[in-house]
Amino acid sequence: MPPRSLEAAAPSSSSSPEVGSGRRRRRAPLTVGLPVVLLAGFAALVAAVVLSLAVGAKPLAPAAVLDALAGRGSADAQYVMGLRLPRTAAAVLAGAALAVAGALVQGLTRNPLADPGLLGVNAGAAFAVALGVALLGLHDPWSVLWLALSGALVLSAAVIVVGGAVGGAGSAGRSGGSGAAGSVGGGSVGGGALRLVLAGVALGAALSGITTGLVLSDPDAFDAMRSWNAGSVLGRGWDVLGPALPFVLAGLLIAVVCARGLDALSLGDDLARSQGVRVARLRLAVVAAVTLLAGAATAVAGPLVFVGLVAPRVARWLVGPSLGRLLPTCLLLGPVLVLLADVIGRVLIAPAEVPVGVVIGVVGAPLLIAVARRSTR
Amino acid sequence: MGAALVVVVLVLLVVSLGLGQFRLSPAQVVAALTGDGLGHVVVVQWRLPRALAAVVLGFGLAVAGALFQTVTRNPLASPDVVGLAHGAFTGVLVALVLGAGSWLTLTASAVAGGLSAALAVWLLASGGAVGGLRLVVVGIGVSALLASVNTWLLLQVELDVAMFASAWGAGSLNGVTAVQTTPAAVVTALLVVGALTLTTSLRQLDLGDDVAAATGVRVALVRGVALLLGVLLVCVATAVVGPVAFVALVSPHVARRLARTPHQPLLLSGLVGALLLLASDVVAQHVLPVPLPAGVVTVSLGGAYLVHLVAREVRRR
Repeated sequence: MPPRSLEAAAPSSSSSPEVGSGRRRRRAPLTVGLPVVLLAGFAALVAAVVLSLAVGAKPLAPAAVLDALAGRGSADAQYVMGLRLPRTAAAVLAGAALAVAGALVQGLTRNPLADPGLLGVNAGAAFAVALGVALLGLHDPWSVLWLALSGALVLSAAVIVVGGAVGGAGSAGRSGGSGAAGSVGGGSVGGGALRLVLAGVALGAALSGITTGLVLSDPDAFDAMRSWNAGSVLGRGWDVLGPALPFVLAGLLIAVVCARGLDALSLGDDLARSQGVRVARLRLAVVAAVTLLAGAATAVAGPLVFVGLVAPRVARWLVGPSLGRLLPTCLLLGPVLVLLADVIGRVLIAPAEVPVGVVIGVVGAPLLIAVARRSTR
Repeated sequence: MGAALVVVVLVLLVVSLGLGQFRLSPAQVVAALTGDGLGHVVVVQWRLPRALAAVVLGFGLAVAGALFQTVTRNPLASPDVVGLAHGAFTGVLVALVLGAGSWLTLTASAVAGGLSAALAVWLLASGGAVGGLRLVVVGIGVSALLASVNTWLLLQVELDVAMFASAWGAGSLNGVTAVQTTPAAVVTALLVVGALTLTTSLRQLDLGDDVAAATGVRVALVRGVALLLGVLLVCVATAVVGPVAFVALVSPHVARRLARTPHQPLLLSGLVGALLLLASDVVAQHVLPVPLPAGVVTVSLGGAYLVHLVAREVRRR
């Protein structure tokens, strides 16, 4: 299968995709008051959660959902809740983590089309899972969680080292720059950020090649990987969610700390530096946060595309580009997106299911194309 | 630099012709090429078409990549930008789901899928600048859509069919014979010559649309023709070996670093691509413990080399 080099095609070319200096003026952000957006987002989240608990092969009325949650109601309903509750929680966790990770990556690369997958998180997780399944025969969700998580962490560390975000810290942040990397950047993305992305793409591609090789030589592993690759929250128990939660919380904490610095960085490396931001260190922290968030989300639900791309994009349209406002909005929008996609996947070809990752891909792509047609030339 | 690469490709070609169950030294290979007998049959009829296909199609893919990167001014662009690889894979999967199995049907559906995807991207991106950002973003969208569909289709078929499809989708030279190599080589050669006639105009384009237009280049026309040539080159390669990933993306980068020029050298890119695909096929056939598609090796080799280049650049600063 081809590597995910396509997402990579976006950043370097986009001298300023957001500007859309085309013939039509870009629609200005709505920037309604943040409290209004957050309240509406919260209401949407509650509605999506109820939908996710109620809809499925055995539909429940909202009243029955509440009853079952309170420990009353029929044994049937309680059983269904036992299956749907952890699944709903998994969707919320993965959606929130991916949306925030997306907002961070987009701030880091100054590219509104960047996706957490660019830093090789998915490829690293997939490689580790394939390795574990093929060589060690580890199939249970709990092992897969730890494999995916450690794979994502190790690969991101490698991307940081190769991309030069540590060591020679002063020079790593110099934007533009001469030489091939500079010309690759086209001067649009900070040289340091671009090298990170290039390192992520290259490492991710090499690993994905090895993953394909591993998987093609072992039918068992192939079978496990083709369903894992689709991205699904089906059958995720509490035992899988528990270990992932601390990583997400740590990632969120770093994100909150970095928000102000990233806003400064959007003005350019030099201006940020003049405001006292330590650019290289900030970049390192942001990549760490993205890894924790996207890695944990991937470990829980498999590689979900588009959540990290679409949710921050919608959030930016609602509340503007400041990360202080973006982050809480993303935290609500991401789960809504994943929950709705999961519900759609359940009813589409009932009683069978379409994996949530497939639904998001099919629904998200036309959205991206529509945005592209409106805001680019 | 070009001459050195030609020599390397030729040496590797001769060595690869001697590898296999029936092992020959390079000298014996050269003798077998001109002589007759069993050696002649093995080398010329069995091994040469496959090795030549690797060289020619690798060349074509790399030239296509260089064209796309120049026209879109995007160093990470490859013909995949217009959804060719994913579309071709979708075509094959649909054919397999419907129960088709012959080589010809699969090839035809792959090319049909790839071209439909490219056409869809082209139409959806219409109204934007030729080769502009809109094309890239629409291409990403269509590719992501197809990738999701592919994932879904892979889950719908039996395990062995899915594995066969994935091996095909990775790009493999297994079963390539002279029947496919000869026409592919002729078409590729014609397309590459066509691309070379654009060289001067493409250099002007590097300076920016306005400068190029001021020096008499018909910007939109040159871009459109270059993209079309790139798409056709990839289609030829896809028809023979399936969607081989990464050759088109990585070869121009390597060539530019070897040549130390700011623009994409078409011929040198082609040589790098030929070397990459041939070497990958040799590794896939003779070095690995289990036989794997060459495309799997291409991605790993190309990716590892790109990692090396980036790391070296970082260290140098």
